[in-house]
Amino acid sequence: MILAGMTWWGTAAAGALEEALPGLADRAFPAKQQAVQALAATGDSRALPILEALLAGDLYTREAADPPLVLARPSAAGLRLSDPLTGVDLGEVERATVKKIPLNNALRTALRGGIAALTLSSPDPAVRSRAAKDLMRDPSPESVTALRARLEQEQDAAVRTTLVLAVAVADLRVGTPEARLAAVATLEGSLYPEARNGLTTLIANETDADVKAAAERALTAIDARLTWNARAETLFFGLSLGSVLVLAAIGLAITFGVMGVINMAHGELMMLGAYTTYLVQQALPGWVDYSLFVAIPAAFIVSGLFGIAIERTVIRFLYGRPLETLLATFGISLILQQLVRTTISAQNVAVENPSWMSGSLQINPALALTYNRLYILAFALLVFVALLLILKRTALGLQVRAVSQNRAMARAMGVRSARVDALTFGLGAGIAGVAGVALSQLTNVGPNMGQAYIIDSFMVVVFGGVGNLWGTLIGGMTLGVANKFMEPWAGAVLAKILVLVFIILFIQKRPRGLFPQRGRAADG
Amino acid sequence: MGIVKALKGDTGGQVMLAVLLVVTLVVPVLNLAVPETSFWHVSTYTVTLLGKYLTYALLAVAVDLVWGYLGILSLGHGAFFALGGYAMGMYLMRQIGDRGVYGDPILPDFMVFLNWKELPWFWNGFDMFWFAALMAILVPGVLAYVFGYLAFRSRVTGVYLSIITQALTYALMLAFFRNEMGFGGNNGLTDFKELLGFDLQSDGTRAGLFMASAAALALGYLACRMIVTSRLGRVAVAIRDAESRTRFIGYRVERVKVAIFAFSAMLAGVAGALYVPQVGIINPGEFSPLNSIELVIWVAVGGRATLYGAVVGALMVNYGKSTFTAMFPEAWLFALGALFVLVTLLLPRGIAGWLPARRAG
Repeated sequence: MILAGMTWWGTAAAGALEEALPGLADRAFPAKQQAVQALAATGDSRALPILEALLAGDLYTREAADPPLVLARPSAAGLRLSDPLTGVDLGEVERATVKKIPLNNALRTALRGGIAALTLSSPDPAVRSRAAKDLMRDPSPESVTALRARLEQEQDAAVRTTLVLAVAVADLRVGTPEARLAAVATLEGSLYPEARNGLTTLIANETDADVKAAAERALTAIDARLTWNARAETLFFGLSLGSVLVLAAIGLAITFGVMGVINMAHGELMMLGAYTTYLVQQALPGWVDYSLFVAIPAAFIVSGLFGIAIERTVIRFLYGRPLETLLATFGISLILQQLVRTTISAQNVAVENPSWMSGSLQINPALALTYNRLYILAFALLVFVALLLILKRTALGLQVRAVSQNRAMARAMGVRSARVDALTFGLGAGIAGVAGVALSQLTNVGPNMGQAYIIDSFMVVVFGGVGNLWGTLIGGMTLGVANKFMEPWAGAVLAKILVLVFIILFIQKRPRGLFPQRGRAADG
Repeated sequence: MGIVKALKGDTGGQVMLAVLLVVTLVVPVLNLAVPETSFWHVSTYTVTLLGKYLTYALLAVAVDLVWGYLGILSLGHGAFFALGGYAMGMYLMRQIGDRGVYGDPILPDFMVFLNWKELPWFWNGFDMFWFAALMAILVPGVLAYVFGYLAFRSRVTGVYLSIITQALTYALMLAFFRNEMGFGGNNGLTDFKELLGFDLQSDGTRAGLFMASAAALALGYLACRMIVTSRLGRVAVAIRDAESRTRFIGYRVERVKVAIFAFSAMLAGVAGALYVPQVGIINPGEFSPLNSIELVIWVAVGGRATLYGAVVGALMVNYGKSTFTAMFPEAWLFALGALFVLVTLLLPRGIAGWLPARRAG
């Protein structure tokens, strides 16, 4: 068989790859192992799929045919063969006519090392990085050599970092005591899980007292950094939750601050915004990446118009009766829920995330911030600033503030308070719609989604102080962060309960919230 | 006695109590004595349904007492109702004894299922009816007292108070959903067998519970009437209409509010305790904010600050709900939502507002 192979290889150009390849068909495992190492040493990109196929059990030998080594994939008749070097299709055969090349553990190890060494020289930096990580897992003196060799010529900074790490982790396992000590120094403070694992294993097996002490110090340093990273992550989750709360509460804060009415349908206006996102995506298939930019103004308009309609048909007849307004808007919330259930679906609908919102920002190996949460955090701040500008810099804002401070006096000065009320309510409702767009990217969109937010967002308003946008911002962020920091030791549900209890106790001390309105406006 | 004085001038209440008395006497007879084939027979299902409505009516009276006469729109009265219900449910659980699925003589099934070894301390005593009955009143009362004391002392009023009460029931709902709380978690307490030795499935027990609910409603109504016709009641109305002024005249506004709020919570607890054996289950869903806000609309439909209006509203809305959800399940939320809007817009005094003679509140 080898002879048959030789004749075939002889016809091909006599490269290093072609010379080493027949060794794979040898019956003796050590010979195969040598062939694998020789193939890996060629650095030829064609060697990689062959080694991978061998590892996967897809490489077969056959008698009296050319070429004797074939790649085989399962097919209807048995196996479909192809030439491992050229990829030319060699037709289908029955299973019995070819023979799978057997593997043993030593050979598998050699194969993995060989594959890693080959991929280490891949032109793609991502592939090189992954290869370095693979070598870390099961290092041998040879792989350390390969890693070091690669490190010397590596240009890409990210890959270099991984290589340095890989060399150090490998040294921990197979290096001399001096090399181990140097490796420990390299790994000190590294956040890669492999570094921590390597050090833990080292401490368990190390005989050299100096190395052991150094490793323990390094491990403590790593754990300290990991703790800080975990805290940073919790903070991020807290701010993310807080940004959702702020988005949900800020529209409520405006209507409540100006008109003194609780809009219990606020959550449903958010739901309408989320459904608008869904409908926009349905209307623009294939434009998922851009649909949000259409959905945001659309949701603002849809929810805003609903809000104005609610104000004109119901709320304006109930001014001065806040408790009745609360009940009437609750009724509206039920109607809106059922409306969506009847016209669209009682089930949740699927809103797609645009591609630029998926993935995450890798701060360091132990800390990644997901893009959707980052964008929504930024979006919440953007909405906040926009609203602040509207209230402080526009004529409408001036009128809104005037009416909220003293309705009678504002009317006397010529402010058409009815128009201001309708526009304020529309603005608050529109913001709710925009918040719904953001929510549709984080949670399920369904008819009930609004209900979950009404209590939370009112808590934010109460905590922050009515009629104060900064209070809403700080209140929302504080509650979000507090919630997330309590979750690990209290559990999600208990954390929520504790926050509610805290607020009930908080308004004992400060009935008007963190940032109470001062002056005559304070007692309405 | 004060009953005569309490009902003086309360035509609506007199009519309501008279109708209640007749129904209470007639329905059990029609259920138990009249053969099933007869046209006049009232099914046990109807009896239980009526009994359930009567407990709702008592709950509505409790809400009307604080909303109509004290100006406190509580969106958390469902919590007091549910707490009373849980106290009764715990007693009924203990009565199951070793007849549960797992046959443990002490532990209810869900605790065996959770692999608990012994009864949590707060389940002690609930094998005795008097203790459970006391707790059904005391637990809501004490919670309302503490909550009211904290809220009223810091002068939380109006919509703030409404939302805080809603947060209270929401927090309790989340808490009772937790298995660790020891109240059966998501599934709540169910599978009851008997009450004071009477089989809960038998017609006689059902009729008895119906009559007990009617009696509780009548007594609760009279008690509320006595409060609102008393000096305390007049101070309460003064607080409702001008809280600061009442305070400046020299009344301890907080004490009046806390006292009436706690009493109202106890009534709600009694209603809950009577509700649970009739429907055969209590679960955390009873704490949901929707339930609490729905019962406010019963009062609004009937007409607040009349007490009997609350009874009428509770019966009507619930009858409507039962009929509607059976015939057009889709439309019920539309109808309920429209009810909220239309009643507040067009009928601020409720059905009682249609009646010609208006008494002083």
